[in-house]
Amino acid sequence: MIRQTQLIMGMPITVMTPDMSVTDENINEVFDFFTKIDREYSPFISTSVVSRINDGSVGESEYPKELKDILKIAEQTKREADGYFDVWHNGRFDPSGVVKGWAIAKAAELLAKHTNDFYIDAGGDIQASGVNDAGDPWRIGVRNPFDRHQNIQVVVLKDHAIATSGTAIRGQHIYDPVEGKKLDEVASISVVARNIIDADRMATAAFAMGSNGIYFIEQLDGYEACAVMHDRTMIATTGWHDYEAKA
Amino acid sequence: MFKKLAVAGFVIVTFIVYSFHQRNEGTQAVQRVTSSQSQNTTSPQTTSSSSTTSPSAMTSYKDGTYTGKSSDAFYGYVQVRATVSGGRLSDITILNYPQDRDNSIAINNDALPQLKQQAIQAQSSAVDGVSGATDTSQAFMESLGDALAQAKA
Repeated sequence: MIRQTQLIMGMPITVMTPDMSVTDENINEVFDFFTKIDREYSPFISTSVVSRINDGSVGESEYPKELKDILKIAEQTKREADGYFDVWHNGRFDPSGVVKGWAIAKAAELLAKHTNDFYIDAGGDIQASGVNDAGDPWRIGVRNPFDRHQNIQVVVLKDHAIATSGTAIRGQHIYDPVEGKKLDEVASISVVARNIIDADRMATAAFAMGSNGIYFIEQLDGYEACAVMHDRTMIATTGWHDYEAKA
Repeated sequence: MFKKLAVAGFVIVTFIVYSFHQRNEGTQAVQRVTSSQSQNTTSPQTTSSSSTTSPSAMTSYKDGTYTGKSSDAFYGYVQVRATVSGGRLSDITILNYPQDRDNSIAINNDALPQLKQQAIQAQSSAVDGVSGATDTSQAFMESLGDALAQAKA
């Protein structure tokens, strides 16, 4: 098994493949790609396209093609998620909610040229393709948001992706406007979809919806999710169990 | 180094406790975290002593209000303002936090099955990898660290 991790974009990025025909050069191509995306899309690098949009030195007509793709994904998500997803925050352009998933998907395309069996993890968002070194689908844990050394679910993914949105430190209290009672708070929500762009954007949107997020995913075709509440309970969509590891 | 971690750690704990008691007011709202306890535990220190409450070092921060840089939590910005009085960190105001959506969404729950809620349970079986959220606490510490660096100058 080949397994390499690098710290890029402020997060660990791991590439794995059981296919020993994949070369170091092939793997480096993936890391170089993430580094390039960080350089171009980091809001902290003054020469990045994101910084230049925010300081007004790049107009819409000069947007690079990949940014147009990213914006298209953002627009679609904003529409599908009823406004619960926006790349504009307080008048500032910040597409990082889409860039991460998009970058993993592009990196997966690079690796797919060399092998069918691989796993790419960028900061806990994962695209799994084919099988692991045991010849089985990839086994992926869902981290306990209250104890990062513990998993609370294990899913088995082949040609699927999983993304988790959330944090243990968040003051989020949602009140049911009809009943007036406080609903359970969501600590994290993990979404499984066929590709990481979809899993990532819907995890972000669903988390922003608070305790309605799991029902938002429930009503979407092709998505399953598991939400962990601050009271240390979890709620899964009806199809989530199809992905759960049996043993 | 230990000092910085202790300060940031306590602040995060305070923040967690605080977050459980405050109703969410959205990003625009300025949230305040004040804890009398934090004044003791977060007294700044220049020595490498393992104690977190050395009164001798309390004057190493200049009084004033310092705004930390806006730090990227990858899905949004976290920015804090630290107030130092009597040489001690006395108040932290969270200026920006990645939540700028309102809290109502139209979902017809009646059309959906009631989903079962159950206690979380640790799973011990082996995995190839783990999915989890990129934590905002790192960005929080970064912004606070920046504010305190200014207070030291």
